[in-house]
Amino acid sequence: MSVMTPKMVKVFERPRSLADIEFTYCPGCHHGLITRIIAQVIDELGIQERTVVVGPVGCSVFVYQWFRCDGIQSAHGRACAVATGIKRVNPDLIVFTYQGDGDLAAIGTAESIHAANRGENITVIFINNQIYGMTGGQMAPTTLIGQWATSCPEGRDAGLAGYPIRFAEIVAQLDAPVYVTRQSLYDQKRIRATSRAIKKAFQYQVEGKGYSLVEILANCPTSWHMKPVESNRWIADEVVKVFPLGDLVDRG
Amino acid sequence: MPKGMVLFDRERCKGCGLCIAVCPRQVLSYSGEYNQRGYNVTRMEDPDRCTGCAFCALTCPDVTIEVYREISPGKGRSNG
Repeated sequence: MSVMTPKMVKVFERPRSLADIEFTYCPGCHHGLITRIIAQVIDELGIQERTVVVGPVGCSVFVYQWFRCDGIQSAHGRACAVATGIKRVNPDLIVFTYQGDGDLAAIGTAESIHAANRGENITVIFINNQIYGMTGGQMAPTTLIGQWATSCPEGRDAGLAGYPIRFAEIVAQLDAPVYVTRQSLYDQKRIRATSRAIKKAFQYQVEGKGYSLVEILANCPTSWHMKPVESNRWIADEVVKVFPLGDLVDRG
Repeated sequence: MPKGMVLFDRERCKGCGLCIAVCPRQVLSYSGEYNQRGYNVTRMEDPDRCTGCAFCALTCPDVTIEVYREISPGKGRSNG
């Protein structure tokens, strides 16, 4: 730091709510970026001391370690049910779940949809990277038609495995959710839009408005067999055609 | 005189290259040096061109970058 002139001011640093430990994610993985954005939102809203994160099963299974706030690890897919319990017993806490597509949209479909339908006052952060990363790159419910995965080596076949689930659209059909949006992180503009969306979702919970879902189109360079920069381009060129970006519901 | 400066946490850099791709003034590049984990870490290739825009830090998935910017007296700071 001694090389700085007195006029140099620090304009970006690690958020306070982010623990000072290294992520276990692969190089270029959007999980770390999303975790940093959430930590920054927690800092900005000043809710660190009353925030609880509910973790999933998947690559982000250690999510309770990354944040400097309380955290709990739920059974696979049950994060929304666990979050419901925490929030109902302690309504003053700010409770959010952090779930991947395998957790939220496959094994946990029932819990995820019914928590949304009840309008629980929780925030759900849904990381949609269209693949099962931790287990070795198998097909997820969100895998694109024709996309390669280890369990569909010829590409996903709609006749055999169905179509990609648009979970945000399913939740947006319900009457209860206050805020449902889909965002991505493939360029600076999108990263800022995602930050604003996550902040709005937390803000609505702080104001007691109800359930919010932020779906984020993320990458998986390792399982997609792409370089991180290529994976961003793939999201911009292909994934957004199947999963359109933008707010689906905003009743705040 | 550069308007900005970035500091890397070398041991946490995984060499993914997203910061190099996002820098609008091509300040960053791979250093050719490897950290203890064996990743080719990023460095400031052309420090004089840095404006402190913080695009690299906002993109870094491993939060390895701190950004400093020259700010004229009286102006506040902004984190991203």
